Amino acid sequence: MDWELIGESWPVLVAAIPETLVLAISSLAIGFVLAIGIAVLRLSDNRLAWAAAYGYVYVFRSTPLLVQIFLIYYGSGQFRPFFEDIGLWYFLRDPWFCAITALTLNTAAYASEIIRGGIQSVPWGQLEAARACGMSGLLLFRRIIFPIAIRQALPGYGNEIILMVKATSLASTITILEVTGEAKKIIAATWSPVEVFIIAGAIYLAINFAVTRIVQWAEVRLSPQLYRDRPSWFARLTGAGADTAGRSPAISDQLH
Amino acid sequence: MDLTLLGWGDRGWGDEMVFGAMMTLAVAASSYLLGIVIGAGAAAMKLSHWLVLRWLADVYTTIIRGIPELLVIYLVFFGGGALLRTIAKGVFGYGEFIDLPIFITGMICIGLSAGAYSTEVIRGAVLAVPRGQIEAARAVGMGKVLRFRRILVPQVARYALPGLGNVWQLTLKETSLISVIGLVEVMRQATVGAGSTKEPFTFYITAFVLYLGLASISNRGFLRAETWANRGVRTS
Repeated sequence: MDWELIGESWPVLVAAIPETLVLAISSLAIGFVLAIGIAVLRLSDNRLAWAAAYGYVYVFRSTPLLVQIFLIYYGSGQFRPFFEDIGLWYFLRDPWFCAITALTLNTAAYASEIIRGGIQSVPWGQLEAARACGMSGLLLFRRIIFPIAIRQALPGYGNEIILMVKATSLASTITILEVTGEAKKIIAATWSPVEVFIIAGAIYLAINFAVTRIVQWAEVRLSPQLYRDRPSWFARLTGAGADTAGRSPAISDQLH
Repeated sequence: MDLTLLGWGDRGWGDEMVFGAMMTLAVAASSYLLGIVIGAGAAAMKLSHWLVLRWLADVYTTIIRGIPELLVIYLVFFGGGALLRTIAKGVFGYGEFIDLPIFITGMICIGLSAGAYSTEVIRGAVLAVPRGQIEAARAVGMGKVLRFRRILVPQVARYALPGLGNVWQLTLKETSLISVIGLVEVMRQATVGAGSTKEPFTFYITAFVLYLGLASISNRGFLRAETWANRGVRTS
């Protein structure tokens, strides 16, 4: 184990974390919005809309992300005069734009299936009740369907976030120096893969650990009724009893 | 876009691309089999009574599922040869330069990843077999090996099939990453073709279509296998 190399390379790799996070967060955010649209199309009665959404999801889930990235970044070069004419070349020659586009389109396909599952799990009774109150269209979706669907879809979406954090490493193949890109550069220069792998691997594990914690926190926040009679982690840590002062008694208390 | 580039024979790249797809299929299939072997072993470790074994299997799946495959590929590609040379020199006293064949390197990387995902699938399938079945087998006097072979394995295979189908799709797509270390599969072949003809879109869209075809055909195969495996199961 070369401790000197570890000491020299960890600041470089830690400094590349923002690049990885920018790739992951921006593509997840845009992809999530797209995914909602695709999921709604897949559930619509319109055959054409259904077929378009189904085809999109099928194609993007059946091909490797690497091909999608190369197709956008290198493939667009073949039609450079055309893209220059319509003014898109400025974007397509930028690896950041291409990487985020590919990651966005890819995650939109996977996330739309997760969201579709969530929407389909919304109980009929809830919809009927909302309709009985006079809700319809966007109001029904915004107030009833979407919040319940998100709660159902959250665990699956947590997995998708982790897969996307891992997928950002592919951006290094089109010259972006995020954590994996920097790691490869150091490995190729020093031929000491183990040391670099340990640091870069620890960075990814730390990011993904944080993601799982945040998703767990969000799950509790979105379904507080399921966790009400459980002591908070702080209370469990300090050994104190559940802090339920000022709240309505938990279900288990009411039963006794 | 010049489609004559994709012709068969000396003038076109069509045959090269199809051979690339064959290579993709070969490396995907061997990594997948390696992954199932690793996965079965790691699942057995996770279900064992020994804390150390459970802990080791947990470390393996956590690391592989939390770290990008590309990083694992770089580790094995740059480190595998050195490790092999150290072993060859230390254990066998063989001092000549040897290196891991690129196919083996790729197979190990993708197999490790497939193994981590199939561990969870197989573990879940083992837990899905009702305990009563094992008790019944014991009651009719089956020994440990016979119980494993006649009762556990056939049912685990049936329960694990849908999950293992997903792992296959993942594995097939992940093989594209081996192109970065130079194995001439469909992705690498497309890069070579794109470089020498200056028509990257033509070649990458061909690779795209070939992957789509491989995924569609194998997906259909897995659905058939599922129907076959469930032929004796009563459904409501």
